[in-house]
Amino acid sequence: MTDQAPPAGETNVASGEALVRMAGVNKHFGDLHVLRDIDLEVAKGEVVVVLGPSGSGKSTLCRTINRLETYESGTITIDGQPLPEEGAELAKLRADVGMVFQSFNLFAHKTILQNVTLGPIKARKIGKAEAEQRAMDLLKRVGVQEQAEKYPAQLSGGQQQRVAIARSLAMRPKVMLFDEPTSALDPEMINEVLDVMAGLAKDGMTMIVVTHEMGFARRAADRVVFMADGQILEQQAPEEFFANPRSDRAKDFLSKILTH
Amino acid sequence: MSSLFSDYQIWTALWATVKLTLISAVGSLIVGTIVATLRLSPVGVLRFVGTSYVNIFRNTPLTLIILSCSFVLYIQLGISLADSADPKFADVNGFRLAAVGMTVYHATYVCEALRSGFNTIPIGQAEAARSIGLTFSQTMREIILPQAFRGAVVPLGNTLIALTKNTTVAVTISVYELSGVLKTVTERDPGLLNLAFMVVGAFFILLTLPMGVGLGWLGKRVAVKR
Ligand SMILES: Nc1ncnc2c1ncn2[C@@H]1O[C@H](COP(=O)(O)OP(=O)(O)OP(=O)(O)O)[C@@H](O)[C@H]1O
Ligand SMILES: [Mg+2]
Repeated sequence: MTDQAPPAGETNVASGEALVRMAGVNKHFGDLHVLRDIDLEVAKGEVVVVLGPSGSGKSTLCRTINRLETYESGTITIDGQPLPEEGAELAKLRADVGMVFQSFNLFAHKTILQNVTLGPIKARKIGKAEAEQRAMDLLKRVGVQEQAEKYPAQLSGGQQQRVAIARSLAMRPKVMLFDEPTSALDPEMINEVLDVMAGLAKDGMTMIVVTHEMGFARRAADRVVFMADGQILEQQAPEEFFANPRSDRAKDFLSKILTH
Repeated sequence: MSSLFSDYQIWTALWATVKLTLISAVGSLIVGTIVATLRLSPVGVLRFVGTSYVNIFRNTPLTLIILSCSFVLYIQLGISLADSADPKFADVNGFRLAAVGMTVYHATYVCEALRSGFNTIPIGQAEAARSIGLTFSQTMREIILPQAFRGAVVPLGNTLIALTKNTTVAVTISVYELSGVLKTVTERDPGLLNLAFMVVGAFFILLTLPMGVGLGWLGKRVAVKR
């Protein structure tokens, strides 16, 4: 990790104020009520880890924040602005919200460098030379600068995920969403990705992280949000949550996770 | 043999076939790509337009489409595609009308080939593109279409081969391409027919065989590794 200014983009809200605000958000998949009256505020610079059993709606929560999923009621604002409907406005807002997927989703027909420069060039209209310069800095930051001319399929999973993080960072996002970024990785590669994420957290990036890595939650999270059946059941500081979970669902969940 | 070549303008006919193939191929690639994009559009009306286009033109015989280009577009509606002062007006106009018909028809196959290419692309590719702030058209241009073309080289190649052979339908509106030679020989000198059929057949094989081999090779070369 090199010494660098924090990678986050400029925001309207000041440090400590709510950057992401969800109020009364509801979503269904057909008859299935996957998000129930979600109220969640994430302050600028805060790192929130979302925990919960499979199917509890964690991915859907992440995906509604940048509107990869629609929702039926409630409001979501990012940096004081409500989420727009489809169209150019929405694309602009998405550029401010980084997203890292479980399956990396690097653009398979583009080189690593092109993966990282595409967004800045197309969505931010930055010149190619400058975009490449910044991309190389970011690739160095996540430790894959040697792979810049390769294609995604030639990299290990851990390297691909670090490139995916660099690709998001290249947009100078206001907030980053991570949906189980290490679940598809071989165990020996998990830490290299978590270390990059912990570095971002330390540099003041606002982050919402869905993960089963309890070590990361303890180490890097300011707050743990526990979800079950589409609801947020608890929100606490990590030490408090792991030591004294209040709901039965959380106790049950932790007993299952922590015994392996 | 030599009289076949000298009296029936075989080289001119071959050139017409090649030209009609190339122009219709480029035309149907463009129109087919647009129709395929319509079919993926988030706007329902556009999807409907795309689907209707394919359903109508793919299910109409090519001969009917080519004939209606001449009879409906030109003779009924008076739409001509060449300069009426041109001494070769009839030839040029007929050729261009045939190219339009070929394009309209084969675009449906290009569209369907591209759709098979779309199916090779994981949904996460488009989601990642949207999540870095690309618009729908940027996502199509930068991510979806390039991968779809790479995944669709072989079906696109099959369409090109079919298109090449289908140029023979243009004779129905008097375009002098290779099958026009056969028509004229039949009328004027049936004794030459066997030879004419062999020569024209050989030309088509010479045109299509390299296409199949070349595109098979290209398909492997540009395949997207996942
Ligand atoms: N596209 C979809 N269509 C229909 N149902 C869906 C869809 N996506 C998710 N679901 C359902 O919505 C519920 C919440 O899914 P979600 O993926 O948000 O859960 P999760 O908490 O991320 O689970 P996991 O830990 O397994 O990733 C699940 O019951 C899931 O089956
Ligand atoms: Mg999930």
